[in-house]
Amino acid sequence: MRYLSLVLLALPSLAFAATELLNVSYDVSREFYKELNPAFVKYWKEKTGETVSIKQSHGGSSKQARSVVDGLPADVITMNRSPDIDILYERGKLIPRDWQARLPNESAPTASTSVFLVRKGNPKKIKDWNDLVKANVSVIIPNPKTSGNGKYSYLAAWGYVLKKGGSDAEAKAFVANLFKNVPVLDTGGRGATTTFAQREIGDVLLTFENEVTLIQEELGADKFEVVYPPLSILAENPVALVDKVVDKKKTRAVAQAYLDFHYSEQGQTIAVHHHLRPQVAAVAAKHQADFHAISLFKVEELFGSWANAEKTHFADGAIFDQIYQK
Amino acid sequence: MTAITVTQHVRYQTKVAHRRATSEPAWIRWTLIASALAFLTLFLFVPLAAVFTEALRKGWDTYLSALIDPDALSAIWLTLIAAAIALPLNLVFGVAAAWAIAKFEFRGKSVLITLIDLPFAVSPVVAGLIYVLIFGLQGWFGEWLIDNDMKVIFAIPGIVLATVFVTFPFVARELIPLMQAQGKDEEEAALVLGASGWQILWRVTLPNIKWGLLYGMILTNARAMGEFGAVSVVSGHIRGMTNTMPLHVEILYNEYQYAAAFAVASLLALLALVTLALKTFVEWQSAKNAAEFEKEANG
Repeated sequence: MRYLSLVLLALPSLAFAATELLNVSYDVSREFYKELNPAFVKYWKEKTGETVSIKQSHGGSSKQARSVVDGLPADVITMNRSPDIDILYERGKLIPRDWQARLPNESAPTASTSVFLVRKGNPKKIKDWNDLVKANVSVIIPNPKTSGNGKYSYLAAWGYVLKKGGSDAEAKAFVANLFKNVPVLDTGGRGATTTFAQREIGDVLLTFENEVTLIQEELGADKFEVVYPPLSILAENPVALVDKVVDKKKTRAVAQAYLDFHYSEQGQTIAVHHHLRPQVAAVAAKHQADFHAISLFKVEELFGSWANAEKTHFADGAIFDQIYQK
Repeated sequence: MTAITVTQHVRYQTKVAHRRATSEPAWIRWTLIASALAFLTLFLFVPLAAVFTEALRKGWDTYLSALIDPDALSAIWLTLIAAAIALPLNLVFGVAAAWAIAKFEFRGKSVLITLIDLPFAVSPVVAGLIYVLIFGLQGWFGEWLIDNDMKVIFAIPGIVLATVFVTFPFVARELIPLMQAQGKDEEEAALVLGASGWQILWRVTLPNIKWGLLYGMILTNARAMGEFGAVSVVSGHIRGMTNTMPLHVEILYNEYQYAAAFAVASLLALLALVTLALKTFVEWQSAKNAAEFEKEANG
């Protein structure tokens, strides 16, 4: 009986919050939002007197986007790649086509990049992208077909060759060699982490900078080392409010404020806590020392647009399918 | 069993009583037994023990706080709700379907049996996707549901629907062979003696099938609480709202909260153990019943 009453006591707190926002997000943003959401709730209470509660849903980004298209009532969607938000326009007309123009920096308040995590002491002496294609190196990358994380790693390797003056054909050969060293493709970033850290497969894990730091904190700083390649890709994390949902739930004002809060000094500083690179110039300048100086290129710079990169590299039968056949 | 076959059986047993059960040398028998035990230990007992040791690794405080965390409580609550709705529905449908199939002849009977088996044949993920296709925003009824402020998927009704779907065959599948074996003599006798339909159901059919029915309900309950695939597709994974216990375990595990993940998992494991104990009890009871039934028949 005691436990039953405990359960019953817990319920009202879930059911009767005044305003409720649902943030549908990608897999590895959990820790960031665990700190950002309470900060926003406090800010909003002080500003308007209104109590808002924010519910989170996390999962593989494409799956999450698909769920929103299928009716998951997300007030805001926060992803690690713009195509996963574009789909809301393409498949469901839930947002306008030009959603990226509605917020600063093309709606990306934070960014990350692909870096390497190696085992303590870096036994295979991995320093740069070309070390990954050596014959005795085993690389863990999440599947670029299903994971935004994997797509960024793939494009970063491709971009590495182009940036060094290589041709597309050379880049293709390089990436093909890289994926010959990948023994297992997990469907998402966290799965790849588990493969590398828990199952101890592979010499190097390619994943987001913020994820890599978290692995060190959670699973032991003495077991792994981070290697920052001199050059990598800028992985922007775009956010959008879902017009059809906020208009129906009448939550547009608070949802907009929530997204704006991502750009505030406080929001940007919380991002820094979680090793996400702030994109508001003033804050970024202040925290320059917190991040390794890597030369970063944008997807648009080398691949035209995300849509283009999808079509050339990740669509069925496109380049990734051609080079990864086992 | 008739008296004659029993005597024959007894005679046969006396005749072979002095012979060994098998003629294999001792080392083969012991190797087989040892390998079976090793297998059981490795794949059943060790994982089970691991769940509880991992859960308690950081002590009782962590264990309890993982269980009374608001998100965990809401997951437990939702799991109980889903099971509490799925169970009676399956009970009614299962008894009705088994009754119809075992006691009556009608056109389309084999189609009905196939339909009942469908959830066994379909992957749970597909089962979940079926509901997304029907009730999702892009699905057949999606727009209409939204316009009328009704939520099915990514809300509790969807989770209950998915649970009912995957557990649908358990009760019926358990009862059909039992009721077929029992035949309809007793019901016919009751009918001749002037009993009404309800009287036959309550006084003849249900008492005969009660142990099988209970067994089916135990299986249904275990599956309802443990279902992952179908529920994962329709849940939407909103914390504190649409996560069931298995989904909550996955979330905690992915957040590196291993002790908390295993704490919630240990609740599910405990449930499995209780189910197992209940199942053994029910089997023992029904075996006892069958023995008594036989004794009466023979005496």
